[in-house]
Amino acid sequence: MIDMDKANEVINRFKDLEGGLLECLHGVQQAFGYVPKETVNVMADAFNLSRAEVHGVISYYHDFKTNPEGRKVVRICQAEACQSMGSRGLTERVKDVLNIDLGDTSADGEYSLEAVYCFGNCALSPNVEIDGKLHARVSSDNFEALLKQGDGA
Amino acid sequence: MTLIIEKDYGTPEKKSDKNIDLNIDGKSVTVPEGTSIMRAARTIDTEIPSLCASDCMESYGSCRLCLVEVDGVRGTPASCTTPVAQDMQVKTTSERLTKIRRGIMELYISDHPDEDSPLNDMAQLLGLKENRYGKQGHNHLKSVIDDSNPYFSFDASKCILCARCVRACEEVQGTFALTVDGRGFDSKISAGTDQSFLESDCVSCGACVQACPTDSLFEKRVEEIGKPDHSVVTTCAYCGVGCGFKAEVKDQEVVRMMPWKDGQANHGHSCVKGRFSWEYAIHEDRILSPMIRDNITDPWKEVGWDEAIEFTASRLKDIQKEHGIKSIGGITSSRCTNEEVFVVQKLIRAAFQNNNVDTCARVCHSPTGYGLRETLGTSAGTQTFDSVMESDVMVVIGANPTDAHPVFASQMKRRLRQGAKLIVIDPRKTELVKSPHIKADHHLPLLPGTNVAMINAIAHVVLTEGLMDQDYIDQRCDTDAFNQWRDFILDPINSPETVEQYTGVAASEVRSAARLYATSGNGAIYYGLGVTEHSQGSTMVIGMANLAMATGNIGAMGVGVNPLRGQNNVQGSCDMGSFPHELPGYRPVGDDEARGQFEKEWGLELDPVPGYQIPHMFDAAVEGKYKAMYVQGEDVAQSDPNTHHVEAALNALDCLIVQDLFLNETARFAHVFLPGTSFLEKDGTFTNAERRISRVRPVMDAVTGMDEWEVSCRIGRAMGADMSYDHPSEIMDEIARLTPTFKNVSFDRLDELGSIQWPCTDDAPDGTPIMHVDGFVRGKGNFIVTEYVPTTERSTRKFPLILTTGRILSQYNVGAQTRRTKNNVWHDKDILDIHPHDAENRGIVCGDKVLIQSRMGETVLEARITENMQPGVVYTTFHMPESGANIVTTDNSDWATNCPEYKVTAVEVRQTNRKSDWQEEFDGFSSSTRHIAE
Repeated sequence: MIDMDKANEVINRFKDLEGGLLECLHGVQQAFGYVPKETVNVMADAFNLSRAEVHGVISYYHDFKTNPEGRKVVRICQAEACQSMGSRGLTERVKDVLNIDLGDTSADGEYSLEAVYCFGNCALSPNVEIDGKLHARVSSDNFEALLKQGDGA
Repeated sequence: MTLIIEKDYGTPEKKSDKNIDLNIDGKSVTVPEGTSIMRAARTIDTEIPSLCASDCMESYGSCRLCLVEVDGVRGTPASCTTPVAQDMQVKTTSERLTKIRRGIMELYISDHPDEDSPLNDMAQLLGLKENRYGKQGHNHLKSVIDDSNPYFSFDASKCILCARCVRACEEVQGTFALTVDGRGFDSKISAGTDQSFLESDCVSCGACVQACPTDSLFEKRVEEIGKPDHSVVTTCAYCGVGCGFKAEVKDQEVVRMMPWKDGQANHGHSCVKGRFSWEYAIHEDRILSPMIRDNITDPWKEVGWDEAIEFTASRLKDIQKEHGIKSIGGITSSRCTNEEVFVVQKLIRAAFQNNNVDTCARVCHSPTGYGLRETLGTSAGTQTFDSVMESDVMVVIGANPTDAHPVFASQMKRRLRQGAKLIVIDPRKTELVKSPHIKADHHLPLLPGTNVAMINAIAHVVLTEGLMDQDYIDQRCDTDAFNQWRDFILDPINSPETVEQYTGVAASEVRSAARLYATSGNGAIYYGLGVTEHSQGSTMVIGMANLAMATGNIGAMGVGVNPLRGQNNVQGSCDMGSFPHELPGYRPVGDDEARGQFEKEWGLELDPVPGYQIPHMFDAAVEGKYKAMYVQGEDVAQSDPNTHHVEAALNALDCLIVQDLFLNETARFAHVFLPGTSFLEKDGTFTNAERRISRVRPVMDAVTGMDEWEVSCRIGRAMGADMSYDHPSEIMDEIARLTPTFKNVSFDRLDELGSIQWPCTDDAPDGTPIMHVDGFVRGKGNFIVTEYVPTTERSTRKFPLILTTGRILSQYNVGAQTRRTKNNVWHDKDILDIHPHDAENRGIVCGDKVLIQSRMGETVLEARITENMQPGVVYTTFHMPESGANIVTTDNSDWATNCPEYKVTAVEVRQTNRKSDWQEEFDGFSSSTRHIAE
């Protein structure tokens, strides 16, 4: 069970904002790290929408997560520029290191790995984002170091 | 006979004072400004291919097949989303367009199964010969079929994501149960939050199935039986909305019921009952042969029609000989056609020679008839349904249209989404109070039984704050009556602050609601049995009419006082003279002139003295003065209040004749069972809540071998009355001769016009959609003082809760029909709704069995805890016979019409682990009295 008081507090903050559902979803995701399914009915009620409509919005945006993410989120660019600079090989390496596929979260809840299509930093391809911090010109060799750096090790 | 395929203009009709001329493929056409190119083309029968467009919903422009070329415009705009412009030159076919359309179609087909389907038909139509992409790439061909709904399935492999289903659910039905899940190639149609259709908010109205252009949404019955080959236009036999339907038939078998676009009450929409829940008509429980027995403990004996009619007539004659002319009578049915009802009241007046005729409207809308006649002059609602589209504020009182009148509720919701205001006066938080995109501006959750106090308080605000329409009152209403009423209403006993103690609703909220109704423009009142089924039912109807007159809200589009009639022909059965004091057309039996007309037509003398009302019939039966009864299509043993008393009365009869589809609860006490016909076999007319007379046409022959009207006529003839007709149209002709408001109605006129709203007279030969336009039917509008008198049924220490009752979407009244359909998947038992506080005080948790006790009796139901209830009030439906909801209801009734006070019963509720004694007995008695001899 999630903390519904917390959910209500977030939802109440946005419910009178016109077209506030997107803002609200961001708020909920920020509070819980994902959009718990228990909050869908509450948001539908607050914005006077159907739960199907809320679901339609959540499922449209890949950035809204419906399950808890790993403690660390690794996002790796799969777009053309990064691919031409070796992101395919890098992706394979990252999968090996984290022992998960794109779109998955590791069993211990430590890592999530996501595909991204362009960070807008093509001049310095390939790009990887670790916990919100963008790293440019990442190679198979320095990825693990970057990952550890993030751990504060 | 052929299959009716209705024309789809692709985009909705636009209304405009300005017309636009344009040219499409060399043909000129003129259409209102705002019309799409597609609609303009289709009005001159120029077909533009399309998949995602429908004139039931706004254009969407997703399928890209309807592209056209427009002179001077770059590219190829979609004709569905492009409005016409003056002198536009449009080309709908060209080599370029064909190439684009085939290219799009080729993409669709690359992800579509190779089978007989509308999409493959369209591909063929466009001349697509090959598919260069093949079907090996990523596709959706292996999608899992959702067949959770009992009536239709969803096969995503055929879906092209045009979202017509989603849009139909939103724009037509107003439920918003569907969405497009995900994006891009991964997107799919999802019910609810990626649930099955059954688990989602889907109400199974069928709008999505009807809208689907690719058969991804598909009726199971069409899959089983095959495509229909012809259609018969008829009228639904459930609620008082009276939707027009096309019964689609293959050989002699009904395949499906499709809502009829030209149906003026429904405009092509439907609900789960009309659309899907008609299979009771072909259910194996239907009794097909007449049956008789000497005692109700004997098994039934199947006999031929001749023997059954002879047995019935001679028994009735013997009883009259022994106990007098007035010892027999009957009840007409609001489920039967006008013609069938007319002949039953004629049977009673002409053959039984008394006025002991009543109808089930007694227990629902009799106060409507009384209240509206006394104030306005006509026993009927004032508006046509479409009037709601011009309302600025709606007041919904004691009605739950989304469950009980779903198709009209969809229309109300459409208007509310356009911005009309809404006031709901109801003890419960109904769906209209709050649901997706709908939110009542005011919900006044009054305590059951305090309607009159509430309406007086609203009127008090209107008069004290000067919000009435004095010009309207001066011109159209009786001044003395108004002044008297005004003096009464202005008394502080009627102020919101004073009545708060009765209603439990904050005075400030009542004041705001009153101001909103009186000052928002067109105000329309819609009400249901939550108004009528009270000891002050008639007073409340009068109170609403007073308020509407005082604010000038009668006699135009968008306003009015409108009963939402519960049954398909409750208006008609009342019109047909089913009351003991009134001949057809609401003329008193004591009126020599009116009665004289009937005597002349029928060639005999009629009794000038009113007969028994239903409750009096039961009382007289218990006293031994009333010995025989003919019950047409009504299950009084389940539907009427105080079941113990009703059963005692039925038990005391020497001869009970039941005419019905099924061996219902009443038939347990019967001596003669006359099998009735379903609406699919009937030939006649129904009259809906907006006074609309619509044709009911037979889809199949009477499976009983005899039409119902003919059965009643034969009994009449066997008793010596002249009742011979060759065809039901002759009955309507007789009705028209005898009933001024039906003067120009005939089957031919109905076939010509589609439907007619009475009065249909020489002044209004095509009928009357809005009543009282040039003045009230009674002359001057009559204000009547409505003093609030609390019901004697009130909560006490012993019975601290108030029980109120109602209907649910998937079931219908006593459930005789809907229980015999797959609708039980949504509701297979009646449940007691209780507020969390009341439940907690009694240690009740959701799903507990609870004993409900009133001063009349007790029954056991399962409890559901819900905040839709207010503390102190509990609620249940009455669809299942074993629930015995009417075991607990009382014998209180409306002072003017004896309509029972179903909506207020003081009860106590507590946990239990067994059935009630009545339920135990019911189980045993139920089977023993239904035995048919082998």
